Amino acid sequence: MEALTDIGVVAGSIEKTKLCVALFIASESTFFGYLILAYVYFHGFISSGPTAANSLHPASTGVYTAFLMASSGTVWLAGRSLRKQNRRGFLVWLCITIAMGLVFLYGETREYLHLLDQQVTISRNLFGTTYFGLTGMHGIHVIIGLTLLSIILGIDLTKDRGPRYQVAVESVSMYWHFVDCVWIAVFSVVYLWSTR
Amino acid sequence: MSDIPIPADSLPVAAEIEAENKRSLLSWVASVDHKQIAVMYLLTSLFFFGLGGIEALLMRLQLAWPGMAILSPDGYNQIFTMHGTTMIFLVVVPSLLGLATYLTPLMIGANEMAFPRLNAFSYWLVLFGGLLLYFSFFGGAAPNAGWFSYAPLSEKPYSFQAGLDYWAVSLLAIGVGTVATGLNLIVTIITLRAPGLSLKRVGLFVWMVLVNSFLIILALPALNASLLMLLVDRQLSTHFFTQQGGGSPLLWQHYFWSFGHPEVYIMVLPGFGIISETIPVFSRQPIFGYGFVAASTVAIGLLSLGVWAHHMFAVGMGHRWDMTFGAASMLIAIPTGVKIFNWTATMYGGAIRFTTSMWFAIAFLITFTMGGLSGVMFAAVPIDWQTTDTYFVVAHMHYVLFGGTLFSVFSGLYYWFPKMSGKILSEKLGRWHFWLTFIGFNMTFLIQHVLGLAGMPRRIFTYPALPGWGIMNLISTIGAFVLGISVVVFLWNLYVSFQRGELAGDNPWNAWTLEWATSSPPPLQNFKAVPPVRSRRPLWDLAHPEDPDWKR
Repeated sequence: MEALTDIGVVAGSIEKTKLCVALFIASESTFFGYLILAYVYFHGFISSGPTAANSLHPASTGVYTAFLMASSGTVWLAGRSLRKQNRRGFLVWLCITIAMGLVFLYGETREYLHLLDQQVTISRNLFGTTYFGLTGMHGIHVIIGLTLLSIILGIDLTKDRGPRYQVAVESVSMYWHFVDCVWIAVFSVVYLWSTR
Repeated sequence: MSDIPIPADSLPVAAEIEAENKRSLLSWVASVDHKQIAVMYLLTSLFFFGLGGIEALLMRLQLAWPGMAILSPDGYNQIFTMHGTTMIFLVVVPSLLGLATYLTPLMIGANEMAFPRLNAFSYWLVLFGGLLLYFSFFGGAAPNAGWFSYAPLSEKPYSFQAGLDYWAVSLLAIGVGTVATGLNLIVTIITLRAPGLSLKRVGLFVWMVLVNSFLIILALPALNASLLMLLVDRQLSTHFFTQQGGGSPLLWQHYFWSFGHPEVYIMVLPGFGIISETIPVFSRQPIFGYGFVAASTVAIGLLSLGVWAHHMFAVGMGHRWDMTFGAASMLIAIPTGVKIFNWTATMYGGAIRFTTSMWFAIAFLITFTMGGLSGVMFAAVPIDWQTTDTYFVVAHMHYVLFGGTLFSVFSGLYYWFPKMSGKILSEKLGRWHFWLTFIGFNMTFLIQHVLGLAGMPRRIFTYPALPGWGIMNLISTIGAFVLGISVVVFLWNLYVSFQRGELAGDNPWNAWTLEWATSSPPPLQNFKAVPPVRSRRPLWDLAHPEDPDWKR
């Protein structure tokens, strides 16, 4: 009998957590694809009542959008600081990222309150249904992303980072980029295309 | 990692196996071991197979003769909805995921899944999703709009009881769990293979699981998104699929089938993988055309994402779309046909051992081909129009899912039960099980082709006494009870063989893949070391150093 080979060797050098997050993002992208498609499909059907054109505030939402976009940059800077062993820079950029995410959520809440003031609710008409359905699902993902970023922050503040901390930060950061990308698609379709 | 000392033996000591056998209930509940979780998957699907089977028998009793009154019309709607939902989401998929979870790490020489805790999370979501679905019986009424829950029938104005809410929430839980398993399996296969085990060398079952997992993560989100929309339609009075609010019931059909058609392949690809393992081993020949079997699977996976609207020919999409989707659907017959030829050619000239596992694999080839052929018929739009919503569809779909997938699962269970339990399933009872299943299955469903062509609609709780309909339905019902008996024989076989079956040993079938290189059942740590992998049949190379595959 020939010598037996030892196992436990990972084929290639693919990081399994990051691969899983990448695949999860692919899966989530199809999920959002169906929601965006529903918004686009129904857009032409709305003949009366509130619409994107007469109810939404593209300018102010554009400002909050800029905060979310910038947070993609800051989370990248946080990761870079971590790689360079710069703990202070890492903490600062991470906190700024979380703060900007919160600013975006604040902006979205304001937009929602405006709409609710005008009796534009999820059940009012097809615009309400598709608008709140799509942006609401995205908002939930922002909250999940912020939760993950806060966990990353909490681990750093309260205990040892452990050997897989770097991977965790990079995985969460991938997810955060994804949440931003989805918003680019949503903002383009809902605010830029349909409010013209 | 050649600097690590090589252990003297790969086999666990007897005491270790003894300790394995004395696991408490808590150790099952808290387990993250892929083998224990897989066994729970299999037991769960067996449990729901019993429930779904009882529902099938109730339906067949009601339909046994014109004008029976065993079930009320609404009761019948609930029972066929629960039967379809149960068999698809709680029997076929979990049994395949169970086998995939058990075997994938073993076949690639790994000790665990990539994410053991995620694995456990997935299983518990599926189990509790299933229990939630059945809780609907106590929560007012079971869902009653069919397993596809077409809008607007599934909307509040037409179905105001809570059944469909249970349906949507439970399938969401199951859907999320299934996506997580798909992610887990892909990462496991890509990152945890033993040295030397390239993707050109892994067992074909692993290949099918890989393609299948990609289908899961890309197709299931369509279901999850649709379920969410249906749920808010029902709970928050939104208008996605309601005509009154300007929404589109047709959009539900498109969304549901853009999940539902890939789902058909999600339910059969691992079955292809199973018989790609059992047929070579019991024919004593390597698989014929490994590359073609693997590549045709990829082709099927890609094509399956683009043919959903062939479920909707009766909707009136227009000639152009009908032709496009009809032609695309017929294309799938090509890679599927390639596989049938590969399996047949593997048997050709082989020293075939007619074990129960092999019998089920051969029966798979026959019945699945028949189901595939009637499937190609449906791709021709006029035939679809003629037979849509008749028992011809019911017959077709059971030939593919029961005669296809479940036969392959039985083939796999007879093949791998010795690995999982250390005992060989009784061949004598197995033969009874096989023939009762094969005869009962064909008796139940072959005649439904005729009933369908004669115009008997599906999803009706009774029918008029037209010439021949009564007797044909009676034959079908008797067949269903033969199937019921076959399941009892199978359960008895599982019990008896587990209690006092013949000991299996590590490799009872002289198979060639890595799962047979460890003990039966495998210890908590599957392998301390694996044999060198230089070909697709590492255990053949080990047993035949004078004629290894990699020197051929």
